[in-house]
Amino acid sequence: MMWGRFLDTFFNARVMAQYLPKILEGLLVTLQLAACIVVTGILAGLCLALIRSFRIRPVNFCIVLAVDVLRALPPLVLIILFYFALPGVGVRLSGFVSTWLALGMVLTAFAEEIFWAGILAVPGGQWEASRSTGLTFIQTLAHVVLPQAVRLTIPPLTNRTIAITKGTELGAVVAVGEILYQAQTGLSFSYNPSPLTLGAIAYVLLFVPIVYFGRWVESRFAWRR
Amino acid sequence: MNGFPAPPILEVQGLRKTFGHLEVLKGIDLQVHPREMVFVIGPSGSGKSTLLRCCNRLEEPTAGHVRVEGVDICDPQVDINAVRRRIGMVFQAFNLYPHLTALGNVSLALRKALGKSRPEAEEIARHALVQVGLADKAKAYPAQLSGGQQQRVGIARALALEPAVMLFDEPTSALDPELVGSVLAVMRQMRESGMTMVVVSHEMRFARSAADRVVFMDHGQILEEGPPDKLFGQPDHPRVREFLVSLEAH
Repeated sequence: MMWGRFLDTFFNARVMAQYLPKILEGLLVTLQLAACIVVTGILAGLCLALIRSFRIRPVNFCIVLAVDVLRALPPLVLIILFYFALPGVGVRLSGFVSTWLALGMVLTAFAEEIFWAGILAVPGGQWEASRSTGLTFIQTLAHVVLPQAVRLTIPPLTNRTIAITKGTELGAVVAVGEILYQAQTGLSFSYNPSPLTLGAIAYVLLFVPIVYFGRWVESRFAWRR
Repeated sequence: MNGFPAPPILEVQGLRKTFGHLEVLKGIDLQVHPREMVFVIGPSGSGKSTLLRCCNRLEEPTAGHVRVEGVDICDPQVDINAVRRRIGMVFQAFNLYPHLTALGNVSLALRKALGKSRPEAEEIARHALVQVGLADKAKAYPAQLSGGQQQRVGIARALALEPAVMLFDEPTSALDPELVGSVLAVMRQMRESGMTMVVVSHEMRFARSAADRVVFMDHGQILEEGPPDKLFGQPDHPRVREFLVSLEAH
């Protein structure tokens, strides 16, 4: 009796069949959003860390300030700011772009810190050896320091990237048609939580491979010791 | 010297270096001539390593001149990267690139600093590895090599650029005693082939048998210099005698 009710509530086949297309649609949007965030966040973070390595004092002050503020702000605050507050000054961003921008900036901040820590972790002797053979600062950064720094950054960067791409669910607040939004909409129309179950499955299907991909990248990039 | 003496390859003049309030080098004058092997000895903290590191501007000299093949390396007009290609440096801690093979370590600067193609760079690199007795280790990563082998890759990396002078900063201090010999053998062979070398080292026996000239430094100054037999046999300066006696006590 209880079991039947449980199944009917959370695994209602009729409701699931009805909302599966919507959830898949949401999965696609989540995927697109995550891809945009990961690519822009990691590239921008790497660029900032590279700029920081030139150690130009006023520039680095600005980078550190921006990064610290972005790391402190809850991403949802940024999303709401972009979506609801910017129109007040005449800038209208879609929910998708607001979420992309907000999470992309947060990932940029974290990625910058991780890349910078990786660059600092490469021993000074590596710089000296490379410069002593006549390689320039930039060549040393590109061929000696970065390959080592990137290997060090893979584990923390993978974790942070997964954590932030999971934040795509926050897009539901500003009507981005991603998984959670579709699941919630399904819930309110069907009076049945089965679409949420589907949504949860979709998240697991999406992120478990990413977790394994991260693990594979870690082992792939660990050089022989 | 009469007639046309060979100009020094490395010429240090009135070199001073201060770190904050600490004066590490207090006016060093030193000339190193082609094919010479000069040993710099002295107690730790005497400024030996700083002297070497000022010679390729890994440390910025505070005052004075360093000329390499007649070029003042502190001249703001000078292309320091071009100068550094003419000065090989070998480090105490090897400082090999852990993400590259021995061949990759040796060929990187050939490709990126000298602009050689990969096949050409690797051919030169292989030849350099042969010279240090590691022809069979080209594909090995630093972590797969012993300390002595790593240091010889470090020497090959500097040697491959065909520098005018090579600086050795305590090249055997980080090595297990039984691995020191292989590195010293390579250095001796380089000397025989005419490489100009400045060596900071505590290998006194090697200095005595291989060096053309020994320089004794203490507290940022050169106290005495001369041929090894003279400096080790009958040093003039009491501080040098004291130092040599303290070494024998161990």
